[in-house]
Amino acid sequence: MIKAILIFNNHGKPRLIRFYQYFPEDMQQQIIRETFHLVSKRDDNVCNFLEGGSLIGGSDYKLIYRHYATLYFVFCVDSSESELGILDLIQVMIYFLVYLLFQVFVETLDKCFENVCELDLIFHMDKVHYILQEVVMGGMVLETNMNEIVAQVELQNRMEKSEGGLSAAPARAVSAVKNMNLPEIPRNINIGDINIKVPSLSPF
Amino acid sequence: MALKIVKGSIDRMFDKNLQDLVRGIRNHKEDEAKYISTCIDEIKQELKQDNIAVKANAVCKLTYLQMLGYDVSWAAFNIVEVMSSSKFTYKRIGYLAASQCFHESTDVIMLTTNQIRKDLSSPNQYDTGVALTGLSCFVTPDLARDLANDIMTLMSHTKPYIRKKAVLIMYKVFLKYPESLRPAFPRLKEKLEDPDPGVQSAAVNVICELARRNPKNYLSLAPLFFKLMTSSTNNWVLIKIIKLFGALTPLEPRLGKKLIEPLTNLIHSTSAMSLLYECVNTVIAVLISLSSGMPNHSASIQLCVQKLRILIEDSDQNLKYLGLLAMSKILKTHPKSVQSHKDLILQCLDDKDESIRLRALDLLYGMVSKKNLMEIVKKLMLHVDKAEGTTYRDELLTKIIDICSQSNYQYITNFEWYISILVELTRLEGTRHGHLIASQMLDVAIRVKAIRIFAVAQMATLLDNAHLLTGNMQRNGICEVLYAAAWICGEFSEHLENPMQTLEAMLRPKVATLPGHIQAVYVQNAAKLFSTVLKSQEGSTEGTAAQETSQLMIDRLPLFVQSANLEVQERASCILQLVKYIQKLQQKEVEVAEEVSALFAGELNPVAPKAQKKVPVPEGLDLDAWINEPPSESESEDEQPKAIFAKEEPKHSRSRHTEVDEKELARRREARKQEQANNPFYIKASPSSQKVYQESPGVEHIPVVQIDLTVPLKVPGLPMSDQYLKLEEERRQKERADKKKKEKKKRKEKRSGRGRRHDSGPESEEDITPAHMVDIVTEEMPENALPSDDDDKDPNDPHKALDIDLDKPLADSEKLPVRSHRAAKVAKSPVEDGDAENTPPSQEPKKKSSKEKREKKKDKDRDRKKSKEEKKKKKHKHEEKEEDLLGGEADEPVVQSEDTTEVVALPTSTNAEVSDLDFWLSNAPVPSNTQEAATVAATAEADSVPEATSGTAPDSDHDEPKNSELEETKSSKHKKKKQKKEKEEKEKKKKKKHHHHHRHHSDGGADESVQNGTVEDEEPLPPMSNYCLLAENSYIKMMMEDADEVCDIQGNLQDGSQVVVSVIFENKCDSLLKSMEFNVLDSLNSKLQRPEGSGPHDGFTVPFQLPPGVSNEARLVFTVQSIVMPQKMKGTLTFIVKNEDSSIHEKLDFKLHFTCTSYLITTPCYSDAFAKLLESGDLKCSSVRLEEVNMPFHHLLARICFHHHFSVVERIDSCASMYSRSIQGHHVCLLVKTSGQTVSIDAKCDEPTLLGNVLDEIKQTFSQC
Repeated sequence: MIKAILIFNNHGKPRLIRFYQYFPEDMQQQIIRETFHLVSKRDDNVCNFLEGGSLIGGSDYKLIYRHYATLYFVFCVDSSESELGILDLIQVMIYFLVYLLFQVFVETLDKCFENVCELDLIFHMDKVHYILQEVVMGGMVLETNMNEIVAQVELQNRMEKSEGGLSAAPARAVSAVKNMNLPEIPRNINIGDINIKVPSLSPF
Repeated sequence: MALKIVKGSIDRMFDKNLQDLVRGIRNHKEDEAKYISTCIDEIKQELKQDNIAVKANAVCKLTYLQMLGYDVSWAAFNIVEVMSSSKFTYKRIGYLAASQCFHESTDVIMLTTNQIRKDLSSPNQYDTGVALTGLSCFVTPDLARDLANDIMTLMSHTKPYIRKKAVLIMYKVFLKYPESLRPAFPRLKEKLEDPDPGVQSAAVNVICELARRNPKNYLSLAPLFFKLMTSSTNNWVLIKIIKLFGALTPLEPRLGKKLIEPLTNLIHSTSAMSLLYECVNTVIAVLISLSSGMPNHSASIQLCVQKLRILIEDSDQNLKYLGLLAMSKILKTHPKSVQSHKDLILQCLDDKDESIRLRALDLLYGMVSKKNLMEIVKKLMLHVDKAEGTTYRDELLTKIIDICSQSNYQYITNFEWYISILVELTRLEGTRHGHLIASQMLDVAIRVKAIRIFAVAQMATLLDNAHLLTGNMQRNGICEVLYAAAWICGEFSEHLENPMQTLEAMLRPKVATLPGHIQAVYVQNAAKLFSTVLKSQEGSTEGTAAQETSQLMIDRLPLFVQSANLEVQERASCILQLVKYIQKLQQKEVEVAEEVSALFAGELNPVAPKAQKKVPVPEGLDLDAWINEPPSESESEDEQPKAIFAKEEPKHSRSRHTEVDEKELARRREARKQEQANNPFYIKASPSSQKVYQESPGVEHIPVVQIDLTVPLKVPGLPMSDQYLKLEEERRQKERADKKKKEKKKRKEKRSGRGRRHDSGPESEEDITPAHMVDIVTEEMPENALPSDDDDKDPNDPHKALDIDLDKPLADSEKLPVRSHRAAKVAKSPVEDGDAENTPPSQEPKKKSSKEKREKKKDKDRDRKKSKEEKKKKKHKHEEKEEDLLGGEADEPVVQSEDTTEVVALPTSTNAEVSDLDFWLSNAPVPSNTQEAATVAATAEADSVPEATSGTAPDSDHDEPKNSELEETKSSKHKKKKQKKEKEEKEKKKKKKHHHHHRHHSDGGADESVQNGTVEDEEPLPPMSNYCLLAENSYIKMMMEDADEVCDIQGNLQDGSQVVVSVIFENKCDSLLKSMEFNVLDSLNSKLQRPEGSGPHDGFTVPFQLPPGVSNEARLVFTVQSIVMPQKMKGTLTFIVKNEDSSIHEKLDFKLHFTCTSYLITTPCYSDAFAKLLESGDLKCSSVRLEEVNMPFHHLLARICFHHHFSVVERIDSCASMYSRSIQGHHVCLLVKTSGQTVSIDAKCDEPTLLGNVLDEIKQTFSQC
């Protein structure tokens, strides 16, 4: 079981939090602070596992994290999850988020690639949640087939668009990206064990 | 109104959206809180508007603020509003917000039940998906109970996207509503074989999660998982399954044996590190579970260790970490294979990554032996010196102590060395573990008698140099050591070289700066020392020296009498008075030493930490009983302490033995006991005592002398542990050399070795027995100590509730609640004004139904019995007496079984599930013919007859004669064997299918006629029977009543999916037929309900024997999931033909045919309800024409009623409307018209497939007549 997924930046500011077990808000913040404290003092070249913090979990729980650009992606999991599996999952999620956010929120394209992730996370936390919901549900990994996830997320976004969206995203941005070449995104991402084929960009 | 809307949307344009909010927050870095509070005000305004879009936007922003730590529970109701929007966009926002901030005590959750249910059944799969996702986060016990049934239905949704989510969320439902586990489990199990990999993965996920907590309930799934493991290519699924096996193997070592091979194959073949790692882990678990039994797995261990070494040597820190982690698991059972990699692990101690170093430390713990302990500890001591950061150093310190003290100091060969290590550790700055070191010192000094002299000397030095330890307030953690030192010096003062000096050291004014509990020990032990000193002084010199000592005490003790710590004060004043009294006596020149020392006579023995717990409760003492009647509730608080006191009483009777004269000491011992009992610090330091010190205000104004810490912290006179290492090495070398020499010489050499040690070991004058001969005093346990009951399970663990036996068949009471208003709706349509008797049982509210159900069943049974008997008379003309007898015997159990909706079980089959697994486990992966033959031969005597081939289909004893009689002749056995072999060969051909069931059927179960008490026709009818021939051979004939009717009763899906089949067996030969067993190959859709405790492949044992010419009826219950299509099931009947001199095994194959008709229940319906139903427009239409029907219209109707379970609603001339209901609540309406020989039937039903099939069947019925 995954107990929590936390994404925060180098300063410990939360960018996305998802607890699969209820904690009151102040407790959540405390957990974020503690986790940030534990994770941020570690070098980048040390292993990505941490025996759980005191607030969340206990001896059975581990923190598995990755530091990507300015963000920390932290999963708090128990012993039923495979450590390496979760690491792969995080890695995939990162690429995947970048890719999807890239595709959906083109306004930020002029920013540098590295920062797409954090900025988009900040401004589109809800969208990221929707993506996450297709990957992890109720603390359990729902889907690992990236093509499937992309398909479902896109279908839902399309549905939202057909309803006019919440803030009716500027249509010009959408059309702008239609013919855009996205060289930064590798066609094939090979991370460790899981070989993801990045699906070709579907037209909007 | 319109204006309002326009105004609303104009307003909207100026609303902030989420992006604006975020940007705003970023732009107001200085006054963020203020900015956000204005935002929240705005949001509150927005939430008051009618426009749902505005609300959704506001809720979206709230979700963001919630992430920042703001409590948004005040908006819970608005969130529910947004959730219930019909637009997906808003709904999604609502559910997201809910999933972030709803929890069990959110009261509006109650309001969401119906909304969620509506979303779950939404035609839009994403509405359903969003609802499921949200629900997974905030499901409460109430929601779980109310929605379990809906979610279970979704598990069979057509879209895999929904299926997988529904499957996954079931885990949460189980947690909140454990009663749902058993009813839902069969379907969950089915999903393990779902065609969609995502759904399959989800099911594996859920079952693994369940099984992890209560593995033993899931052992029976092992074969299925094994199959998945060998067939799946999805690494995620594989990892989960392999992890699950890791949890299962400890329960079933045979499973481990089976796993080793495929796992090693995976290890060799996979390129995925994650999978490799999990395989290795599970292999290790297997090896652990096998550790005693199987010596021949050294190859597997070697393989694991090799692979792990590769991981550890990898440059990837993560692999290194995991490698070490797994290595430590191997270590527990196979330390030798790990010890050869000591180099690698010591290398990891130098790693820059702290987590890796800690893991390596863990490993070292298990790797030490007598040989390498000193060496390893030396390495660790080096690391202690180098270590930066106190956490890691503290970790090192505890590890060193753990390593040394493990299993009762098993590996320590030289306790002098250990004491010096402990003393060296006291030099650690700022450690938190002074207490730990102290307790080790105490423990060693008490339990290793031979070391006391050395220990006392060391401790005396420590006391002498106490200022070095206490100098810095930061380091006060370590001053705990003084507690141990003082106690040891006092208790074993007879070994002190210079007790006077130590006494003075203990009475220094600086001692007053120590924590209170330590001072207390100081005072107490000063008294002990005092008695020792007196003794020596009185013996040797004149009285003046003794008087001086008393004077010293009298001078110094007042300092402690003023202590703020009560404990210290009390002890000090007590002892001060004592010393004053002694002084008086001394002045009178009375010898007091003897008597003073008697105060502290007696020896302390170590008491095991759990000793107190294990004191058995004396017989007849009920600790829970009130000593006095509790007066009233209000006073119960006063009462409680009393009870506690009573419980703790035994604590005071500490067991100890004395070697001194009992009589003389009895009184004093009593006094001393009392004192110790009142002194919690006497034997052990108590962690709580620290607190006392901190709280005592008096300590602060005592001047604290700061000591310049630039002075190297070397306690003078302390031995260096390194010396011991050297010595030990020398000693060992010597010993090795000695061994070659002769024994006499060896002794001499040893002595000289010892002599050398004396030189370097500073104060170890006395003889110390060779290190390894040190006897360790074992801890005392009370007499009749109870066996340890380590019930450490958390009673609040939610998973405890899920410890449910899943193999038992479902009982009637176990079903998921169906929402009530739906049931009500159903009831409305067909029988609106019907009186209670006419109401179909399924529409009754639950509570009512059970009694009536039973009664009705009995009635039915009676009817059936009667009709059966009539039939039998007609058909077989048997002797009535015999028939009655048999009928009675046979029917009784059937009645019972119906009540529980289970078929009667025969005792032999109760263990079937177990034997299934047993068989699967015992079956070697490569089955051979010879092996099988052997099994068969064996089973002729044994009880279970594994028959399956290739290990995939455990077919336990369905053809085993349950009463296998011993008197069977050899010849019959031979025959049996042959037959079995043949059978097995046949079965091999159909390998893939595993189940056999009872129902005998000739193909296309067509010609039927029945007496079904419900036919509503007054006119004389040609006799009809629903019984059709199932199968027949020279021995037996089986007739089946076409799957007649559903057992009942509530429109509940659970019950509504059961079909009862009656089978008549007729013995056609002239031998006795016995041990009949039915078995049917379960399909996904239909399953035979087997008796409680039997496995999915067992047969149903027919509960009677058939004498020649006799027939009897058995009834079987099937569970059917989808009823829209007809079903065919293959089955076998096995039985024994018993003649006078031999018995032969026989079998008969048959096919069971469930027509769609068999899923219909005759349900009366009134015309107005019928009309309403037709008007409702929910029903799909279809029609059929029958040509050349030569029978009167009423016969035609009667046939439809009888064969197809319809009832006539209304009949007008040559036109009639008919109604029936399926067991799952589908309405089927017919309009039958006839003109001449042509009959046209127009039909309506809410399930078109079902309707089509029913019409086809009707057509077939009439085409045959």
